[in-house]
Amino acid sequence: MREVAVVAFAQTRHSATDEGRCDPELILPPLEEVREKTGLRTFGFTCSGSCDYLAGAPFSFVSALDALGAWPPISESHVEMDAAWALYEAWVRLQHGDVDSALVYGFGKSSPGDLREIMTLQLDPYYLAPLGLDQVSSAALQASAAGADRAELDEIVRRSRAAGRANPYALDLPDPQGDAYEVEPLRPYDIAPITDGAAAVVLAAGDLARELCENPAWITGIAHRIEPHYLGMRDLARSTSAAEAARAAGVDKGHVDVAELHAQFSHEELILRRALELPGNTAVNPSGGPLAANPVMATGLIRIGEAARRILDGAASRTLGHASSGPCLQHNLVTVMEA
Amino acid sequence: MGNPCAVVGVGQTHYTTRRRDVSIAGLVREAALRALQDADLTWKDIDAVVIGKAPDLFEGVMMPEAYLADALGAAGKPMMRVHTAGSVGGSTALVGASLIQGGVHDRVLVVAFEKQSESNATWALSTHLPFSASLVVGAGGYFAPHIREYMRRSGAPAHIGHLVAVKDRRNALKNPYAHLRIPGIDQKMVESTPMLWEPIRYLDTCPSSDGACAMVLSAGDKVTGTTPAWVLGTAMRSEPIFRAGRDTVNPQGGKDCAADVYRQAGITDPRREIDVAEVYVPFSWYEPMWLENLGFAAEGEGWKLTESGATALDGDIPWNASGGVLSSNPIGASGLIRFAEAALQVRGMAGEHQVDGARRALGHAYGGGAQFFAMWMVGSDRP
Repeated sequence: MREVAVVAFAQTRHSATDEGRCDPELILPPLEEVREKTGLRTFGFTCSGSCDYLAGAPFSFVSALDALGAWPPISESHVEMDAAWALYEAWVRLQHGDVDSALVYGFGKSSPGDLREIMTLQLDPYYLAPLGLDQVSSAALQASAAGADRAELDEIVRRSRAAGRANPYALDLPDPQGDAYEVEPLRPYDIAPITDGAAAVVLAAGDLARELCENPAWITGIAHRIEPHYLGMRDLARSTSAAEAARAAGVDKGHVDVAELHAQFSHEELILRRALELPGNTAVNPSGGPLAANPVMATGLIRIGEAARRILDGAASRTLGHASSGPCLQHNLVTVMEA
Repeated sequence: MGNPCAVVGVGQTHYTTRRRDVSIAGLVREAALRALQDADLTWKDIDAVVIGKAPDLFEGVMMPEAYLADALGAAGKPMMRVHTAGSVGGSTALVGASLIQGGVHDRVLVVAFEKQSESNATWALSTHLPFSASLVVGAGGYFAPHIREYMRRSGAPAHIGHLVAVKDRRNALKNPYAHLRIPGIDQKMVESTPMLWEPIRYLDTCPSSDGACAMVLSAGDKVTGTTPAWVLGTAMRSEPIFRAGRDTVNPQGGKDCAADVYRQAGITDPRREIDVAEVYVPFSWYEPMWLENLGFAAEGEGWKLTESGATALDGDIPWNASGGVLSSNPIGASGLIRFAEAALQVRGMAGEHQVDGARRALGHAYGGGAQFFAMWMVGSDRP
């Protein structure tokens, strides 16, 4: 595989409420920041991730292209998925050898709608969606199947929210309190907060990566796997697709200093840690993770960006960025980066 | 360009107004199974699945790749969902090809679909984000002014669009998968249909179809089945919808995309060197417009080629021998059908609508406000 690295990462200061910014306005600052960091104004390939259902209208990526400028016309594509998969598509495109740089971005505003209900529309439209089993309820089924220990979950939330308060881009959320359930066994604080935000990443190949930054975060493994959609077809306590993606990405070939996991519910972190076989001394979600900021469709890309940032800053030598999609961790992408 | 990539299997469903007998999953599986059969492969030979469709509001299913993973044998494999508006079918093929050209996989299944009967596409196309004006006009209302501008600039007479409508639908009579099959269609019949968005009459527009198309793409050293179609060039281009000064009649993105594909395929004179083209023509007037945009004719001259019969099945540059988007339009799949039909032509497998001796074919798709482009050139000779 051709050497490709994350050379720049930027994100918005995410917000829990609508601040009156439309999608292009959310995207512009991170785009400008990665352009400034790399000095690149044009890219060999551009790819974005977003979801029309968050905007409640088709073609939400079209206006994003206006934010980008895209003139003269650019080589560009879009995945209706978390932008982590846009990064994957860009990484694949860089493997051809004819372009050396790629711009990746993702954006989403959850504040205008009801995310919990919107995500229900992702289910099989004939048999599952009409049942009205919403996102939090299906997550609660998984939490039950995993049989997570309450103290362990509380510790995950406490740690994530504390890290989030120390992260200028994440939300300021208090320590968990109260024993009311949202959907048993999930408490309100076990659920990622409603968040608006965007992020951008620049990928570069070989010598260009070395030119553009001092410590490129080299992608030494990247893979993703999907599982059956029907919850009854899966052992919800485990994530075989995360485990298979981790194996394919070579997670076990060295020590993971930092792992940024796309866990939108506290119990998902437990399932993912086990699937990825992360040792106890790996720092998990030092950014606060999705429990501290969850701009849907950018959250997975931010995990890769945050994991890359530790290498770009010289703070870590081997990190992991994870992204997930579909109900109950149906689809998982694992990226391993090294100094 | 990367590693050699070939189309080894093509599968289509019969395009029709309503497929009440199958779910969305059943529809895509039908196309995928036919592509696998053509490639002489089974599900286990596939390394990854790439799926494309137009906006999720068309069926009301958000991110349907999650639900379709089971039907497409994707469990345990990587699966991706592409969405680039109307060009998505083409982009889906290009992402699939990219996985092979980049050396990531050996065999990729690409599938694109639309089941328009489950919803109302014109409604979905008319719903806009809160900060932009909604004209509530669907795609025809958006494109009609650009067509009128083309007529003004080129001086094209009013009947040119009708000629395309007749030509493509006559071709469709030779294609067993085509949706609209209108025996005895002629110019008079098109002219007698209601005006929808001037100058677009009812029979100048594409239908709303249910349908899916699939292809199996293979690395050069893993080719199976009968004759492969070799990928000679691929490109995508996008430009902003609201850029002041953008030429929506002859978009720069389309010109650049074609130039990139021609360069990769070694084409310098598209009219002479390309044997057949499957081009995204959802409204009849887009044939003369794209003839110019794709370099088959000089600016202002495209309509003359159409009028001369050059683009007919027996002309020197047949366009849309399959009947094109005007005859079958499962929107998200329409681009992939163009790419797949181009492959069938150079494989010599296009049946009654086969262009004799076709060795190089162009597949083309566009989308958004004529701002997203995806194209590929396929050939019968290994590059």
